[in-house]
Amino acid sequence: MTWIVQTAAAAFGTLGFAVMFGAPMKHYAYCGAVGAIGWLVYLILEPHTSMASATFLAAIVVILLSRWFAVRRRCPVTIFLISGIIPLVPGTGIYWAAYYTVTGQLSLATEWGFQSVKIAVAIVLGIVFVFELPQKVFSSGKPVEGLPNGQTGQRWKTAANRKTTRSHERRRKDALH
Amino acid sequence: MSVNPVSEEDVETDMARQKFQKEILLLAFRAGKLLLANGAEIFRVEDTVYRICRAYGLQSVRAFVLSSALFLTAGNETEPQFAEVWQIPVNAANLTRVAELNELSRHIELTHCSPEEIRAELDRIENMPDFPLWLQVLAGGVCGAAFSCMFEGDPADFACAFVIGLLFELYFTRIGQPHFSRIVRNILGGALIAALSILFCHSGLGHHLQSLMTGGIVLMVPGVAFTNGIRDLADGDYLSGEIRLLDALIVFFCIAIGVGSVMALYGWFTGGAPL
Repeated sequence: MTWIVQTAAAAFGTLGFAVMFGAPMKHYAYCGAVGAIGWLVYLILEPHTSMASATFLAAIVVILLSRWFAVRRRCPVTIFLISGIIPLVPGTGIYWAAYYTVTGQLSLATEWGFQSVKIAVAIVLGIVFVFELPQKVFSSGKPVEGLPNGQTGQRWKTAANRKTTRSHERRRKDALH
Repeated sequence: MSVNPVSEEDVETDMARQKFQKEILLLAFRAGKLLLANGAEIFRVEDTVYRICRAYGLQSVRAFVLSSALFLTAGNETEPQFAEVWQIPVNAANLTRVAELNELSRHIELTHCSPEEIRAELDRIENMPDFPLWLQVLAGGVCGAAFSCMFEGDPADFACAFVIGLLFELYFTRIGQPHFSRIVRNILGGALIAALSILFCHSGLGHHLQSLMTGGIVLMVPGVAFTNGIRDLADGDYLSGEIRLLDALIVFFCIAIGVGSVMALYGWFTGGAPL
């Protein structure tokens, strides 16, 4: 029951952020979905692992979904990513760190501060790794492992053959999503 | 004996071509400016500028983009010399503009439309109104309420956090953004949230200080700076990523300072540990 309420809350919270960041109105439903699913994943995993690893996995789900929707709906991935990732950002951590600093419980303050940094790093790693996946994974409409081998092989072969391919040349090709 | 006599006609077409190319460069620069000002990632800005220029056969363009500045140069034997620099403070985002510019760049590449059409489209995007104030304030309220609910709030906290969200967003859009520097407005914002939360809890309207505070603090989280900063770093745009992440870090610290000072003041006045 609390899961349903919390997931719904995450959807509305994400939607509110989409409004505050001025995202186009036609994508709101998808923004909400990204935030809600990310938070649901976090809720399911959090009791079994640490906050940081739960955040890491939830962030991966959020970013995969964002890229997927970006390709499907032909718009910048930023729209889904920025609002969808917000529920995972350690707002509580900042609060407790400030609280314990003020009340003079410095060891607890450091603990929470460090926890926030860990969560932030988890999000960073999620973003860095998921954005390494080639755009084709998302436009082919199949999950990563479901991609036919020939298809991925082809992509990497052509990329390697072109001597001029620098990282930003490759990025440029993917940029419109 | 004359070598390669240049006819007047040649000079005229050459000048017309140069004028056209300069126009395209200016338009590309403007598109880049708009993207950067509205929270696009560095590579998207670079990409759009290059796309627009190449769609019209300009090959000599070099763009250097930082999250706080845009440099564009061009020029070789056949293309006119062009250099333009523009600086921008780290700023708020409007993702609708980014999406529309993305669409425009796609359109240009497919149809090679006339410069007039691009200019009209850029004008439209630039003058696109932001969301009305009431909608933004309402969004703030909804966000605050939703996040308090996600962090162990009960219905009473939900209602209080809604009010805090409304008031905070009103402060931020009306007072904070137009009048204060980034650091001051974030410290004051954190202080406002802490003060309101303590007020609500103290009066018995709200029950959990933690969920009220979290609901409020999340509103201040620099989502664009944080996410784009990481993405810029991942793309190898270290300088820009650093600028954005530093911005995000400063905002986080300011929130903590604002919240902490108010709680310390409260503890000092009441003589006990705060709540």
